[in-house]
Amino acid sequence: MTVVLETRNLCKSFGGITATDNVTFKLEAGARHALIGPNGAGKTTFVNQLSGVLSPTSGTIILNGQDITNWSVRRRATSGLARTFQINQLFADFTPLQTILLAITERENAGSQWWRTSGARSDFVDESVTLLTSLGLADVMQQRVGSLAYGRQRLLEIAIAVAAKPSVLLLDEPAAGVPESDRDQILDVVDSLSADVALVLIEHDMDLVFRFAKSISVLVNGALFVEGTPAEIANDPRVRQVYLGEEELLHV
Amino acid sequence: MSAVDVKAPANGATARLSLLAGARWRWYEIAFWIVVPSLYFLAPTKLTLLSEILILGLLALSIDLVLGFAGIVTLGQGGFFGLGAYAAALMAKWGAGTAPLSDPLLGLAVAAGVAGIAGFLTSFLVLRGSDLTRLMVTLGLALIVDETANKMKWLTGGSDGLQGVLPAPVLGVWDFDLYGRVAFCYALAVLFVLFLVARQITKSPFGLSLQAIKGNPLRARTIGMPVNARLVAIYTIGAMFAGVAGGLLAQTTQFASPDMVAFHRSADALLILIFGGAGYLYGGLIGAGVFRVMQDILSNITPQYWQFWLGLVLLMLVLFVRGGILGLLRATRDRFFPPSSDKAAP
Repeated sequence: MTVVLETRNLCKSFGGITATDNVTFKLEAGARHALIGPNGAGKTTFVNQLSGVLSPTSGTIILNGQDITNWSVRRRATSGLARTFQINQLFADFTPLQTILLAITERENAGSQWWRTSGARSDFVDESVTLLTSLGLADVMQQRVGSLAYGRQRLLEIAIAVAAKPSVLLLDEPAAGVPESDRDQILDVVDSLSADVALVLIEHDMDLVFRFAKSISVLVNGALFVEGTPAEIANDPRVRQVYLGEEELLHV
Repeated sequence: MSAVDVKAPANGATARLSLLAGARWRWYEIAFWIVVPSLYFLAPTKLTLLSEILILGLLALSIDLVLGFAGIVTLGQGGFFGLGAYAAALMAKWGAGTAPLSDPLLGLAVAAGVAGIAGFLTSFLVLRGSDLTRLMVTLGLALIVDETANKMKWLTGGSDGLQGVLPAPVLGVWDFDLYGRVAFCYALAVLFVLFLVARQITKSPFGLSLQAIKGNPLRARTIGMPVNARLVAIYTIGAMFAGVAGGLLAQTTQFASPDMVAFHRSADALLILIFGGAGYLYGGLIGAGVFRVMQDILSNITPQYWQFWLGLVLLMLVLFVRGGILGLLRATRDRFFPPSSDKAAP
């Protein structure tokens, strides 16, 4: 399999705190990979470096064979790297339809056209509607995003990333904060994403991780602790200890 | 290939119609553009004041493009206004008598060009930083233009202003008259054309992307939007609009002075926009009218304290109504005629 995304000796420190500790990581085309780890393990910091929101202290990031370490967020996005955010980053005053139309328009480099009326390109609109329908957002696509239920907003967060037709999709805790009743819908959407896309799922929720992932990396204190198949990870006594240790603390 | 398996059939046609409906002309827009020209006949003695309102409205519209749609806070539009005023005034002065040079439309084109170049060059300073930084940078730039106009006496006439500004007849036919008839029609025509451009911009994919940047710049970047290029573009366009407004004032009053660049220009125009409602396109135009008329009435009643009452009204509007006069109208409409579906209208 070809490697689509890779990091080499990636390090990030904030003052004296090492948030990413020498992470060397490979993601293959079409992968279903989960990145797990206890709270504060540096999962989001890692994703922020991959997507360009943070720049690493040292190390290299390679996307489809190109060194993207110093690329801007935008350039990475237009080169096939899409992400969702742990905390929703949406356009509250737009409708879901406008949001996805915007994402598709930018993907097609038509976002600077001022002489056309927004919505004039029927192919863009059709694609937006198809995408929103397939993610179960058709009934709310004309409503204001800011007034949608949280679960729906999480779905839209995924829809925006998917609209870019990425080769690598980073999902940062897609089910975080979603009420139990709406979670299945998000899991189904994650399950139904195209096999062409390499997925990285950052998640706390072990149900979701074991249902979806074909391979798992465990991050502890910013460093890669162990990698393996779900079965290997589930039976690894060291991983259990990391999580049990945390749970004991949580339950005291 | 789509990243998601397509299952359900989609109704793209309805969605498209609803999107395009956002760009349709509403009855109140048509009414507005019927009422304003008819003021020529309804208030023939007030044409000078009305021209001034139109020009102020155009300046406020330029701020609306930059602030109301793209979210760039600015106190510097007065600087571009002043540059445009001097550019058009100098064209008319140097070209006096030689028709092609002093042609008003050419003067406006030069005003737009000069202000646009200044806007483009300074836009890079505005890209960085927070609202406060932008406020200070734009204010600083306007102050520099102001002081430069004051000091370059050989070119601008310094604090006495530029005399002998004699633009040629509009299109070679209509000469500017004492009653401000031509001035009014000319200012109105220019305003209308630029309004159409501004309206098209805000209803386009470009306009939608500006509103996205205003709403969430981080998300805009992560969907691959060239955020900085878009901001540079709209800031430059806004500067050109302000430049044309300045040019119009210089041509119709046949004068240019540092007062046209002064800080109160930027501040007034920003106030007018907030007053009328930012992000509606019409906010600046309606705000300019209400502001100037109120100023006129209040200063007749209490020549010394009119600013107190103006301040009070402004304070009330900002504290109790979101979105100025137009925000108040929309809230009232939504209350008595609730929108049929829960549509967003950015």
